[in-house]
Amino acid sequence: MAEEKKSLTHTDAGIAVAAVYNENDLPQLDAIGSPGSYPYTRGNFPTGYRHRLWTFRQYSGFGTAEESNQRYQYLLSAGGTGLSVALDLPTQCGYDSDDPEVEGEVGRVGVALDTLRDAEILFDQIPLDKISTSFTINGTAAIILAFYVAVADRKGIAREKLRGTIQNDVLKEYASRGTWIWPPEPSMRLIADTIEFCAAEIPRFNAISVAGAHFRDAGASAVQEMAFTLADGIAYCDEVTSRGKMTIDEFAPQISFFFYTHSDFFEEVAKYRAGRRIWASIVRERFGAKDERSAMFRFGCVCGGASLYGPQAKNNQVRVAYEAMASVLGGVQSMFTAAWDEPFALPSEESTTMALRTQQVLAYETGVARVVDPLGGSYYVEALTDAMEQQIREIMADIESHGGMAVAVADGYVQTLIAEEAYSLQKRIESGERPIVGVNKFQTEEPVPEVQAYEMNDDNYQRQIQRLESVKKERDQDAVQKLLAKLQHSAGEKDINLMPILIECAHAYCTVGEMVKVLKEAWGEFDQPAVF
Amino acid sequence: MPAKVLVAKPGLDGHDRGAKMVARALRDAGFEVIYTGIRQQPAYIARIAAQEDVDIVGLSILSGAHLSMTKKTIDALRQAGANDVHVIVGGTVPTGDTSKLLAMGVSDVFPTGTTLEELVTRCKALVATSPEV
Repeated sequence: MAEEKKSLTHTDAGIAVAAVYNENDLPQLDAIGSPGSYPYTRGNFPTGYRHRLWTFRQYSGFGTAEESNQRYQYLLSAGGTGLSVALDLPTQCGYDSDDPEVEGEVGRVGVALDTLRDAEILFDQIPLDKISTSFTINGTAAIILAFYVAVADRKGIAREKLRGTIQNDVLKEYASRGTWIWPPEPSMRLIADTIEFCAAEIPRFNAISVAGAHFRDAGASAVQEMAFTLADGIAYCDEVTSRGKMTIDEFAPQISFFFYTHSDFFEEVAKYRAGRRIWASIVRERFGAKDERSAMFRFGCVCGGASLYGPQAKNNQVRVAYEAMASVLGGVQSMFTAAWDEPFALPSEESTTMALRTQQVLAYETGVARVVDPLGGSYYVEALTDAMEQQIREIMADIESHGGMAVAVADGYVQTLIAEEAYSLQKRIESGERPIVGVNKFQTEEPVPEVQAYEMNDDNYQRQIQRLESVKKERDQDAVQKLLAKLQHSAGEKDINLMPILIECAHAYCTVGEMVKVLKEAWGEFDQPAVF
Repeated sequence: MPAKVLVAKPGLDGHDRGAKMVARALRDAGFEVIYTGIRQQPAYIARIAAQEDVDIVGLSILSGAHLSMTKKTIDALRQAGANDVHVIVGGTVPTGDTSKLLAMGVSDVFPTGTTLEELVTRCKALVATSPEV
């Protein structure tokens, strides 16, 4: 298998590696540092996971709020410590469930939230002051955050007790995930509004999770994933600091990051170690942060995604387990382990439970959490961390010279780089250069499992539509119209923070679609570059 | 003249890794390729297909909504008078749905996991035959 040789001498991102490393390959000791101190190569906390284990966070949500609520209650009772809410595409793109444009997509890939009523049902019996909730939401993140705050208000929970994260990272939506709504400029303003609001009102809630994961799933290499993500982080910090209302230390501690961990074990470990080191230096040197917490690169990850395959699908469980271990050795704070059947189905309760158990076995049986940064000082891992850092910085410099991420995603530059990498990996897999068990090696005749899309049953769809209809009938129409007019007016005034108005709209049962529509009227829509 | 392909993504799902790989593979194989971008309405896809007089419309759908989206697009193509075009569908399509798509008038189906090599071979074979949408 001559063609496989390259996978022995190069990492997946194409970094050449030697057969053996020794003391001459170690970087300067101050680049490595100690856990819990700058530049955080070895982790954010001096005692690693003894201080606190990572959060086991399983992504779930489908169908109606009732169905998702039941799944959340089940996951919490099974030992989950945080919720992760998946929303359907209409909610993510700003359409109500009754919009004819989105027929057939309601409740399909996540839960449908049209109004505060749905959010109230979704979090029924869930102690919002005791758990943390992460929302994979971007275009409509500010609106969904408004719903969450409004639910807490109604439950009588003090806002400052809320913990969680909204993804709220629109730049990567333009480049790879696709749930953009408005053009970059007003979208960045809305993000800055949420960052300022969170810092002031819900200080334990992360206003943004800068998500490289979607670059990765779209085909970016590990190096590109980290580079584009850090470049996005810079763009958001630039946006907030340029408004002159907050210093970097007032919001940087609330920024978190989110990645995919794929199968190249040491490359992934090094990616996270390098990312921590680069971010610390950016926040301190470029933005002048003084607070130690600002420089901490806190991240969550998903194990699975595009690194999973349909043929011999149960092997995915093994892949996910290795990826989870790499993530922990990289110092992850929060992890989602995908279920083995993810490539072809919304995971069943059984496969979801097994995915959670994978993390629990890792945390409680293997001993990886015992000692902080156990790979620190490894000749290979430290050298690879250095090599990753260098290549990540090169890509970041290229983006900077292109005008920064907001420009590079609006004109399709980043999209083209990602598409090139995805195409190249696919060709490497088809040629056998990149071995994948069950796909291009050790294939069997075992049938590939059927894709089973979750079908929202028509009763649930009707119930969702009827609920929306009755909410619209019962609410105070005058209040709704006045608030929507206020929202539209405020959208044109850059100095007004839109979050308090969105929360008012939520309390008045304005729909997601209504709020998005008035903002479209004020801001227009994103014009996508259809490059490939 | 090279055969012309419109790679299109109807519906809200933004996963276009596959669509772009297919676009690149077909371009490398000598096809003239147009990509619509994501989140396109079936009527828009049909209008572009008719205007550009394409030989193949390739729909990439990963949201699970392939049956309804394909039906809507085929209806829109008929309305736009684009009857002489092959419609192919790729994405998360269960085997059981392949025959349903073919019955709607789809010429070929490429579920996730299909190699680019196979896709190119079958598209080349396809343009040698006349379509009936």
